[in-house]
Amino acid sequence: MLDQVKGFSVTLRHLFRKPVTQRYPEYKRPVYPRFRGRHQLHRHENGLEKCVGCSLCAAACPSDCIRVVPAENTVDNRVSAGERYARIYEINMARCIFCGYCELACPFDAITLGNDFELSEISREALVYTKEMLLEKPLRRTPSKAIDVFDHPVQEMEAALGMYEIVTATNPEGTPDDDEVKGLW
Amino acid sequence: MVDGFYITAIKGFALVNLLMGFFAVMTWVERRLIGRFQARLGPNRVGPQGLLQPIADLGKLLRKQSMIPDGARPRLYLLAPFIALFCAIGAFGLMPFGGLATVPGTDIQFHLYMADSNVALLFVAALGSLGFYGLLIGGWASGSKYSLLGGMRAIAQLVSYEVAFTLAVIGVVIHSGSLSFIEIAQEQSNWVWYIVPQFLGFLVFMVAAVAESNRPPFDLAEADGEVVAGYHTEYGGMRFAMFANAEFINAITLSALASVLFLAGPNGPVLPGPIWMLLKTGFFLFIFIWLRATVPRVRFDQLMSLGWKVLLPAATLNLLATAFFVVYG
Repeated sequence: MLDQVKGFSVTLRHLFRKPVTQRYPEYKRPVYPRFRGRHQLHRHENGLEKCVGCSLCAAACPSDCIRVVPAENTVDNRVSAGERYARIYEINMARCIFCGYCELACPFDAITLGNDFELSEISREALVYTKEMLLEKPLRRTPSKAIDVFDHPVQEMEAALGMYEIVTATNPEGTPDDDEVKGLW
Repeated sequence: MVDGFYITAIKGFALVNLLMGFFAVMTWVERRLIGRFQARLGPNRVGPQGLLQPIADLGKLLRKQSMIPDGARPRLYLLAPFIALFCAIGAFGLMPFGGLATVPGTDIQFHLYMADSNVALLFVAALGSLGFYGLLIGGWASGSKYSLLGGMRAIAQLVSYEVAFTLAVIGVVIHSGSLSFIEIAQEQSNWVWYIVPQFLGFLVFMVAAVAESNRPPFDLAEADGEVVAGYHTEYGGMRFAMFANAEFINAITLSALASVLFLAGPNGPVLPGPIWMLLKTGFFLFIFIWLRATVPRVRFDQLMSLGWKVLLPAATLNLLATAFFVVYG
């Protein structure tokens, strides 16, 4: 009987408490910096596309949502820094599971995942993002938490947690330029 | 008809519309309150504070296609919601809201109740039981197993709790010596509110009332997890709305009944009768909503054993003690 009274007091207390609801369209809760949202394709500083049309992202994709059709660069039509470029690069956002494997598979860091998750459209066709769309800057509709506070290199984090010894990168030249990546986020 | 035909007709029209308006507001109040009980907001998008939500719901329900499922008995299927709603509204006609009132600016006097029947309590109980025919017929005529199970559950629940309900109410009748709501309310003003001498009866009445109105935690007849939506599984649009409407108006009627039987209804100091009635009814409705937000749905065997093994003996004990008190006290 006392337990019943306790239960009723719990609900009554909550009646006078502030609701925990976050009113979504007005208030967008900041996502963590590594939140995987809408993809972006990147360009070099000289304007050439980083993507060389190797299709490794499409091979890595578990949901088979990336379609790459490569073509040769010519002197007249130089699109990417490599031999070939992606003539067609499409991501079907309706199929994508935002696992980030494409980002990991890419040897040139041409594709990264941003923070935006508001990708609603009124038709399935509109959810197929073309290369032109993906090359545009992300819309940045989704606020992100401060990278300085929340995002640290893996080794540093794990050392702080006491899990592993710090192992310095064996091939520093092979790692992507941090500033470049950060600047694009 | 204590006021003649025309005034009674106007009063009836006003009462039904006020009741429907009160129902619409209460659906909003209930959803907002349950939201706050669960640390949520509840509907807050349509209009200021979500106040226009009932109208939006109405618009949505009105635009639904009406259909009759294969295997249903069309006439009974269409009739059932009307029975339920008619009985729910009809029972409200006998609720007292005060004594004489005067139309402002004239000397026309009218009573703040539709009729003063000497069998008012019996009439309300009878209409409440009759309303369950709507649920049973609706469940049976739908031609669906879930509907039939839901309708059967509703009837089994009604039969079990009607007994304790009636016995609990008889305690009040023994005290007041009348079945008329006006006299029951008057007797309480002369002596003491019956919630004091009839506290056990009040508790039994409240539990049985929740079960009678098919509201959580006793909403076994429409337990989503077991029988989809019970007797109104096959109903959509406004026909579903009529069932939901009838159910909520039953809850309002039982709240009004509780305030008349145990809290002297429209009688109280300072404030006029209708305000007192509204406050007391609102208080009981708040308890209904609080209960819904707190207690999980009971199992069917728990429902039955509570009704027959706890409430019925308690009500009988209360009845005997009251009779003893009135005769020898």
